[in-house]
Amino acid sequence: MIGTVVFFIFAIMAIAAAWGVVTSKNIVHSALYLVLSFIGVAVLYVLMNADYLAAVQLLIYTGAVSIMIVFAVMLTLRGEVSESNPENRHWGWGALVAFLVFVVMGLVILTNGDWRILAAPWTSGGSAEDLSYLLLQRFMIPFEAAAILLTVALAGAVILAKGVKESK
Amino acid sequence: MNLSNLSVGLSTYLLVGAMLFCLGLYGVFAKRNIIAILMSIELMLNAVNINFVAFNRFIWNQKIDVHYLLTGHVAALFVIVVAAAEVAVGLALVITIYRNRQTTNVDEFNWLKW
Repeated sequence: MIGTVVFFIFAIMAIAAAWGVVTSKNIVHSALYLVLSFIGVAVLYVLMNADYLAAVQLLIYTGAVSIMIVFAVMLTLRGEVSESNPENRHWGWGALVAFLVFVVMGLVILTNGDWRILAAPWTSGGSAEDLSYLLLQRFMIPFEAAAILLTVALAGAVILAKGVKESK
Repeated sequence: MNLSNLSVGLSTYLLVGAMLFCLGLYGVFAKRNIIAILMSIELMLNAVNINFVAFNRFIWNQKIDVHYLLTGHVAALFVIVVAAAEVAVGLALVITIYRNRQTTNVDEFNWLKW
Protein backbone atom coordinates (compact mmCIF):
# COMPACT_ATOMS: atom_id res chain seq x y z
CA MET A 1 0.00 0.00 0.00
CA ILE A 2 1.90 2.99 -1.28
CA GLY A 3 -0.28 5.57 0.48
CA THR A 4 0.70 4.19 3.89
CA VAL A 5 4.41 4.31 3.05
CA VAL A 6 4.15 7.89 1.80
CA PHE A 7 2.15 8.85 4.88
CA PHE A 8 4.72 7.51 7.32
CA ILE A 9 7.67 9.01 5.44
CA PHE A 10 6.20 12.51 5.40
CA ALA A 11 4.57 12.35 8.85
CA ILE A 12 7.90 11.36 10.39
CA MET A 13 9.59 14.08 8.34
CA ALA A 14 7.13 16.73 9.59
CA ILE A 15 7.52 15.67 13.23
CA ALA A 16 11.31 15.38 13.06
CA ALA A 17 11.51 18.83 11.45
CA ALA A 18 9.26 20.24 14.19
CA TRP A 19 11.62 18.68 16.75
CA GLY A 20 14.46 20.45 14.95
CA VAL A 21 12.58 23.76 15.12
CA VAL A 22 12.25 23.67 18.89
CA THR A 23 15.67 22.18 19.72
CA SER A 24 18.02 23.86 17.25
CA LYS A 25 20.45 26.33 18.77
CA ASN A 26 20.74 28.33 15.55
CA ILE A 27 17.60 30.26 14.71
CA VAL A 28 18.32 30.22 10.97
CA HIS A 29 18.33 26.41 11.12
CA SER A 30 15.03 26.59 13.05
CA ALA A 31 13.47 28.63 10.23
CA LEU A 32 14.67 26.13 7.60
CA TYR A 33 13.37 23.17 9.62
CA LEU A 34 10.05 25.00 9.82
CA VAL A 35 9.86 25.02 6.00
CA LEU A 36 10.49 21.26 5.97
CA SER A 37 7.72 20.71 8.51
CA PHE A 38 5.27 22.76 6.42
CA ILE A 39 6.10 20.68 3.33
CA GLY A 40 5.44 17.44 5.24
CA VAL A 41 2.06 18.74 6.39
CA ALA A 42 1.20 19.71 2.79
CA VAL A 43 1.84 16.12 1.66
CA LEU A 44 -0.46 14.91 4.46
CA TYR A 45 -3.17 17.19 3.03
CA VAL A 46 -2.72 15.58 -0.39
CA LEU A 47 -3.15 12.15 1.20
CA MET A 48 -6.42 13.35 2.79
CA ASN A 49 -7.89 14.48 -0.57
CA ALA A 50 -7.41 18.15 0.28
CA ASP A 51 -5.67 19.19 -2.93
CA TYR A 52 -6.58 22.86 -2.73
CA LEU A 53 -5.50 23.13 0.90
CA ALA A 54 -2.17 21.50 0.03
CA ALA A 55 -1.59 24.13 -2.66
CA VAL A 56 -2.56 26.91 -0.25
CA GLN A 57 -0.25 25.45 2.40
CA LEU A 58 2.67 25.41 -0.03
CA LEU A 59 1.99 28.93 -1.30
CA ILE A 60 1.20 30.71 1.96
CA TYR A 61 3.20 28.81 4.58
CA THR A 62 6.29 27.57 2.80
CA GLY A 63 6.26 30.52 0.42
CA ALA A 64 5.16 33.66 2.24
CA VAL A 65 5.24 33.02 5.99
CA SER A 66 8.66 31.37 6.03
CA ILE A 67 10.16 34.14 3.88
CA MET A 68 8.80 36.73 6.30
CA ILE A 69 10.20 34.81 9.27
CA VAL A 70 13.63 34.56 7.61
CA PHE A 71 13.54 38.30 6.90
CA ALA A 72 12.68 39.07 10.52
CA VAL A 73 15.48 36.76 11.70
CA MET A 74 17.98 38.52 9.46
CA LEU A 75 16.81 41.98 10.55
CA THR A 76 17.02 41.23 14.26
CA LEU A 77 20.11 39.04 14.43
CA ARG A 78 22.85 40.23 16.74
CA GLY A 79 25.70 38.45 18.47
CA GLU A 80 26.85 34.94 17.63
CA VAL A 81 24.46 33.17 15.24
CA SER A 82 25.22 29.70 16.61
CA GLU A 83 23.84 30.78 20.02
CA SER A 84 20.89 32.78 18.68
CA ASN A 85 18.08 30.52 19.88
CA PRO A 86 18.62 29.65 23.55
CA GLU A 87 16.21 28.06 26.01
CA ASN A 88 15.08 30.04 29.00
CA ARG A 89 15.52 28.97 32.63
CA HIS A 90 12.23 27.09 32.87
CA TRP A 91 12.53 24.88 29.79
CA GLY A 92 12.30 21.75 31.95
CA TRP A 93 8.86 22.72 33.18
CA GLY A 94 7.83 23.48 29.61
CA ALA A 95 8.99 20.05 28.47
CA LEU A 96 7.14 18.40 31.35
CA VAL A 97 3.86 20.23 30.64
CA ALA A 98 4.07 19.58 26.89
CA PHE A 99 4.80 15.89 27.49
CA LEU A 100 1.88 15.55 29.91
CA VAL A 101 -0.47 17.25 27.44
CA PHE A 102 0.72 14.84 24.77
CA VAL A 103 0.13 11.84 27.05
CA VAL A 104 -3.41 13.00 27.80
CA MET A 105 -4.20 13.62 24.14
CA GLY A 106 -2.71 10.27 23.10
CA LEU A 107 -4.73 8.42 25.75
CA VAL A 108 -7.93 10.10 24.59
CA ILE A 109 -7.20 9.35 20.93
CA LEU A 110 -6.22 5.71 21.47
CA THR A 111 -8.92 4.75 23.98
CA ASN A 112 -11.92 6.49 22.43
CA GLY A 113 -13.85 3.82 20.56
CA ASP A 114 -16.71 6.05 19.48
CA TRP A 115 -15.30 8.01 16.56
CA ARG A 116 -18.14 6.92 14.21
CA ILE A 117 -15.73 6.51 11.35
CA LEU A 118 -17.41 5.96 8.00
CA ALA A 119 -17.05 2.49 6.54
CA ALA A 120 -15.68 3.96 3.34
CA PRO A 121 -14.34 7.51 3.51
CA TRP A 122 -15.59 9.67 0.67
CA THR A 123 -13.06 10.36 -2.04
CA SER A 124 -14.59 13.23 -4.02
CA GLY A 125 -14.23 16.92 -3.26
CA GLY A 126 -11.30 18.93 -2.08
CA SER A 127 -10.66 20.74 -5.34
CA ALA A 128 -10.76 24.51 -5.71
CA GLU A 129 -14.11 24.27 -7.50
CA ASP A 130 -15.84 22.36 -4.69
CA LEU A 131 -14.40 24.67 -2.08
CA SER A 132 -15.37 27.83 -3.97
CA TYR A 133 -19.07 26.88 -3.87
CA LEU A 134 -18.90 26.79 -0.09
CA LEU A 135 -16.76 29.89 0.26
CA LEU A 136 -18.79 32.10 -2.06
CA GLN A 137 -22.29 30.90 -1.11
CA ARG A 138 -22.70 29.49 2.37
CA PHE A 139 -19.67 31.04 4.04
CA MET A 140 -19.75 34.33 2.15
CA ILE A 141 -19.90 36.64 5.19
CA PRO A 142 -16.90 35.01 6.97
CA PHE A 143 -15.07 35.04 3.63
CA GLU A 144 -15.55 38.80 3.27
CA ALA A 145 -14.64 39.29 6.92
CA ALA A 146 -11.40 37.41 6.27
CA ALA A 147 -10.69 39.74 3.36
CA ILE A 148 -11.21 42.77 5.63
CA LEU A 149 -9.00 41.14 8.28
CA LEU A 150 -6.17 40.67 5.79
CA THR A 151 -6.44 44.29 4.60
CA VAL A 152 -6.43 45.63 8.15
CA ALA A 153 -3.49 43.38 9.08
CA LEU A 154 -1.56 44.62 6.04
CA ALA A 155 -2.14 48.27 6.92
CA GLY A 156 -1.45 47.62 10.60
CA ALA A 157 1.81 45.81 9.88
CA VAL A 158 3.03 48.64 7.66
CA ILE A 159 2.11 51.28 10.23
CA LEU A 160 3.70 49.30 13.08
CA ALA A 161 6.95 48.68 11.24
CA LYS A 162 7.30 52.06 9.53
CA GLY A 163 5.68 54.42 11.99
CA VAL A 164 3.17 57.20 11.33
CA LYS A 165 4.25 60.71 10.47
CA GLU A 166 2.98 63.16 13.07
CA SER A 167 0.38 65.53 11.61
CA LYS A 168 1.10 69.20 12.06
CA MET B 1 -2.22 -3.05 19.60
CA ASN B 2 -1.26 -5.19 16.65
CA LEU B 3 0.48 -3.81 13.64
CA SER B 4 -2.37 -4.21 11.19
CA ASN B 5 -4.26 -1.54 13.14
CA LEU B 6 -1.44 0.84 12.32
CA SER B 7 -2.65 1.59 8.81
CA VAL B 8 -3.48 5.20 8.15
CA GLY B 9 -6.74 5.97 9.87
CA LEU B 10 -8.24 8.83 11.80
CA SER B 11 -6.34 8.15 15.02
CA THR B 12 -2.98 8.08 13.22
CA TYR B 13 -3.60 11.53 11.79
CA LEU B 14 -4.77 12.76 15.18
CA LEU B 15 -1.59 11.42 16.80
CA VAL B 16 0.55 13.27 14.25
CA GLY B 17 -1.42 16.44 15.01
CA ALA B 18 -1.00 15.91 18.76
CA MET B 19 2.77 15.45 18.39
CA LEU B 20 3.14 18.63 16.32
CA PHE B 21 0.95 20.54 18.78
CA CYS B 22 2.98 19.43 21.80
CA LEU B 23 6.29 20.28 20.12
CA GLY B 24 4.90 23.75 19.42
CA LEU B 25 3.70 24.01 23.02
CA TYR B 26 7.18 23.12 24.27
CA GLY B 27 8.67 25.79 21.98
CA VAL B 28 6.31 28.45 23.32
CA PHE B 29 7.22 27.56 26.91
CA ALA B 30 10.95 27.04 26.49
CA LYS B 31 12.27 29.45 23.89
CA ARG B 32 13.79 32.81 24.68
CA ASN B 33 13.78 34.39 21.22
CA ILE B 34 10.39 35.82 20.29
CA ILE B 35 10.74 34.78 16.63
CA ALA B 36 11.22 31.17 17.77
CA ILE B 37 8.00 31.53 19.78
CA LEU B 38 6.16 32.78 16.68
CA MET B 39 7.49 29.76 14.75
CA SER B 40 6.19 27.43 17.48
CA ILE B 41 2.76 29.08 17.24
CA GLU B 42 2.78 28.33 13.51
CA LEU B 43 3.51 24.67 14.30
CA MET B 44 0.51 24.54 16.66
CA LEU B 45 -1.79 26.11 14.04
CA ASN B 46 -0.62 23.50 11.53
CA ALA B 47 -1.49 20.72 13.96
CA VAL B 48 -4.99 22.15 14.36
CA ASN B 49 -5.39 22.25 10.58
CA ILE B 50 -4.40 18.58 10.30
CA ASN B 51 -7.11 17.74 12.82
CA PHE B 52 -9.77 19.73 10.94
CA VAL B 53 -8.99 18.06 7.62
CA ALA B 54 -8.71 14.57 9.16
CA PHE B 55 -12.08 14.82 10.91
CA ASN B 56 -13.63 16.12 7.71
CA ARG B 57 -12.13 13.25 5.73
CA PHE B 58 -13.02 10.38 8.01
CA ILE B 59 -16.22 11.09 9.90
CA TRP B 60 -18.27 13.43 7.71
CA ASN B 61 -21.36 11.60 6.59
CA GLN B 62 -22.05 12.51 3.00
CA LYS B 63 -25.55 11.10 3.04
CA ILE B 64 -26.78 13.37 5.81
CA ASP B 65 -25.74 16.72 4.40
CA VAL B 66 -24.12 16.90 1.02
CA HIS B 67 -23.97 20.68 0.86
CA TYR B 68 -21.60 21.17 3.77
CA LEU B 69 -19.26 18.37 2.78
CA LEU B 70 -16.06 20.41 2.91
CA THR B 71 -16.71 22.49 6.04
CA GLY B 72 -13.51 21.23 7.66
CA HIS B 73 -11.51 22.46 4.69
CA VAL B 74 -13.16 25.88 4.97
CA ALA B 75 -12.29 26.04 8.69
CA ALA B 76 -8.68 25.13 7.93
CA LEU B 77 -8.59 27.82 5.24
CA PHE B 78 -9.77 30.47 7.71
CA VAL B 79 -7.14 29.30 10.20
CA ILE B 80 -4.50 29.80 7.50
CA VAL B 81 -5.81 33.32 6.79
CA VAL B 82 -5.74 34.27 10.47
CA ALA B 83 -2.25 32.78 10.83
CA ALA B 84 -0.97 34.87 7.94
CA ALA B 85 -2.42 38.04 9.46
CA GLU B 86 -1.02 37.08 12.88
CA VAL B 87 2.50 36.49 11.59
CA ALA B 88 2.48 39.78 9.65
CA VAL B 89 1.45 41.86 12.66
CA GLY B 90 3.63 39.83 15.04
CA LEU B 91 6.78 40.29 12.99
CA ALA B 92 6.05 44.00 12.57
CA LEU B 93 5.83 44.24 16.37
CA VAL B 94 9.09 42.30 16.75
CA ILE B 95 10.91 44.66 14.38
CA THR B 96 9.50 47.74 16.13
CA ILE B 97 10.52 46.44 19.56
CA TYR B 98 13.96 45.52 18.23
CA ARG B 99 14.36 49.03 16.85
CA ASN B 100 13.55 50.58 20.22
CA ARG B 101 15.26 48.10 22.56
CA GLN B 102 17.86 46.20 20.47
CA THR B 103 16.65 42.85 21.79
CA THR B 104 14.39 39.93 20.82
CA ASN B 105 14.63 38.22 24.18
CA VAL B 106 11.21 37.84 25.81
CA ASP B 107 12.75 37.93 29.29
CA GLU B 108 13.64 41.58 28.66
CA PHE B 109 10.16 42.54 27.42
CA ASN B 110 9.19 43.64 30.92
CA TRP B 111 8.97 47.39 30.87
CA LEU B 112 5.19 47.33 31.36
CA LYS B 113 5.83 45.63 34.71
CA TRP B 114 6.05 47.79 37.84
